[in-house]
Amino acid sequence: MPATFEQIAEQAKARWQALTAGKRPWIRVGYAISGQAAGADGVFDAAIAACNQQGIEAEVTKVGSLGLNYLEPILDVTLPNGPRVFYANVNPDEVAGILTQHVRGGKPVTARAFAQQPAGATAFDGIPKLADLPEWKMQVRLAMRNCGNIDPHDIYQYVASGGYSALNKALTSMTSDQVLNEVKGSALRGRGGAAFPTGVKWSFLAPSKAPLKYVLVNCEEGDPGAFNDKGILESDPHTLIEGLLLAGYATNSNYGYVFIRHGHDLPVNATRRAIQQCYELGLAGKNILGTNFSFDIEVAFTGDSYVAGEETALMEAIEGKRSAPRFKPPFPAAFGLWGRPSNINNVKTIAYVPQIVQNGGAWFKSIGTQSSSGTAIVCLTGHIKRPGMYEIPMGLTIRQVLEDIGGGVVGQKIKLLQTGGPLGGVLGPEAFDTPIDFDAMSKAGAILGSGGIIVGNETVEVVDLIRNLVAFCQFESCGKCFPCRLGNTHMVEVLDRMCRGTGRTGDLDLMARIGSAMKVGSLCGHGQLGYNPISSALKFFGEEFKSRGQTGQKPLGSFHDGSMILPTRTRP
Amino acid sequence: MTTAHHGTSHTGHGGGHGANRDRIKVALTGQKQPTKTVLSSLLAIQDEFHYIPNEAIEETAQFCNSTANEVWSVASFYTNFRFTPPGEYTLDVCWGPSCHLMGAQKILKAVQDKIGLDKEGETPDKKITLRYNTCLGSCGLAPCIAVNHHVTGRVTAESAAQLASKLLGQ
Repeated sequence: MPATFEQIAEQAKARWQALTAGKRPWIRVGYAISGQAAGADGVFDAAIAACNQQGIEAEVTKVGSLGLNYLEPILDVTLPNGPRVFYANVNPDEVAGILTQHVRGGKPVTARAFAQQPAGATAFDGIPKLADLPEWKMQVRLAMRNCGNIDPHDIYQYVASGGYSALNKALTSMTSDQVLNEVKGSALRGRGGAAFPTGVKWSFLAPSKAPLKYVLVNCEEGDPGAFNDKGILESDPHTLIEGLLLAGYATNSNYGYVFIRHGHDLPVNATRRAIQQCYELGLAGKNILGTNFSFDIEVAFTGDSYVAGEETALMEAIEGKRSAPRFKPPFPAAFGLWGRPSNINNVKTIAYVPQIVQNGGAWFKSIGTQSSSGTAIVCLTGHIKRPGMYEIPMGLTIRQVLEDIGGGVVGQKIKLLQTGGPLGGVLGPEAFDTPIDFDAMSKAGAILGSGGIIVGNETVEVVDLIRNLVAFCQFESCGKCFPCRLGNTHMVEVLDRMCRGTGRTGDLDLMARIGSAMKVGSLCGHGQLGYNPISSALKFFGEEFKSRGQTGQKPLGSFHDGSMILPTRTRP
Repeated sequence: MTTAHHGTSHTGHGGGHGANRDRIKVALTGQKQPTKTVLSSLLAIQDEFHYIPNEAIEETAQFCNSTANEVWSVASFYTNFRFTPPGEYTLDVCWGPSCHLMGAQKILKAVQDKIGLDKEGETPDKKITLRYNTCLGSCGLAPCIAVNHHVTGRVTAESAAQLASKLLGQ
């Protein structure tokens, strides 16, 4: 039922009040894919069962992820008007006990609680505050501000947390040009990897008078090691939808697609539900919030194809074709989806927009560094003590992220980082004082890309890891440009024999030649950057590579026992 | 695969071709989203059958006003499509770089030893389809595997082999 924004906000406030300060306790279980993979299903079921058995009348909610993957599954309890207390690595068997003591007894199980968020001045003794934890206090949570706090399937919880007020502000008090100018003024750069200024990109599309213009959101996210796009969608899809509506308004467009890989059910279902709720409340569709602005939104799927994340390949996939990149020009702003003017942004990019419109472009620009404003949403994985998804201000050094947030290495010492997805690159320890921003990272020889940081300790064999990365690129080449299709296949063969200990003199030169052919002979980044993993690894670990380029070496890495299990495939 | 299929076994590849065609038509016309394409149609059919039956190529071509050639070109491109019925359980083992560093090769080897395969594919009793997956989306809990798209993280070679033998009914 369409309503005014004030009515929606009022209802949201009442519901939030009932959740946090009503009669019933609120029990939340972190249920993003990270929670699920850690066993949150069992924890959630145990919480429901315990409430039934003990006659506890509580609200039990599946929320998204706080990003603290290493602590999952996470269950938290908020008594009415009380602090929110988090329990980590919860085993389903202990849930009943926790709820007996905390909910029925009114006292948290201090020994099992890892943190609390006080309610005003009320806090429990002996439990650290979440805001004081090292991995939390260095974060600046803008796009992730609601992740893990609210039910992603409940639009009212989003509105109660300030949601859709930026949209309301824009539609009722700003022209589309003013919204565009705020985004330009924020100096926001695209978070999908290319780091192109978002406002500038939008200004290519805004002036077009075409009757149908598209805004496309890219959540293909095939990068192994990055899960922040899906992470935002599954934990707080309305942030993205609100940003998309604002992008549509700023560029005078009328149709939006959220593009997700088929099979990722949590982000897909959360996004679809969010869109449906927007239609129900008059926040999407015709005459949004009673204004002249109309905008339709739909989820579009890709099948499994990494290259579908490239912007023109993405349009091919939405059109239902093989996701191979197109020739450019024409650029999407002139000739995009179905030949119509289009704009494409990454999920994270769009997720910042509501805050930018709410607080102003200058505010956003004041966060981060001169060249890269705002925050970076990094995914720490691999040999690190606290793997997870963290939103940090741009400009922290890699070392701060690894040590203060990540808690340091699992093992003796960090040997390397693999950043920015498989095409990104490898960094050695001498680069760890590099600040995390787009330009400093690329100067150091890697890219920030989509924010994946995979940590490898002293046990990692560089050539073996590079073979894994190049095998991924080989498997995922769309096949349109033969230098990429065959070049990757050829490089895997060479890396294979280096790993097997049957490398040949001249192998490194051979790969360099293949790499330069791929760079000039490929339409998109997949081929153009295909040599990156090797060139960046050579920069930091040249000796290891050189020693493999001769016969008589021992097999290494995952080849120790002579086994090697990885697919190779060339698309037909 | 949508939530409705979670935890259920892959069934429904029986029936004659006529029955198949009816189910294909229902899947095609039952697509709720406004934009219907060759790709969305193939995804809808795979959701229903867990593979793309032969007749579906023709039906999709007709439904989308396309050609069998074009439909095949799309179906053969995306690696999630398959053209024979999968086993009862689809077991995805991730070999992306995060999982690779955390021991994916050992997990793959342990699983393959347990189910008697040395590559992707079905076990002879059609209980398990093994797939190598490039990223299951939960790298913070690497290494990961998934059964019918339900992801489990922090697995070891032992726990993965144990899970595989449970799926085999051992």
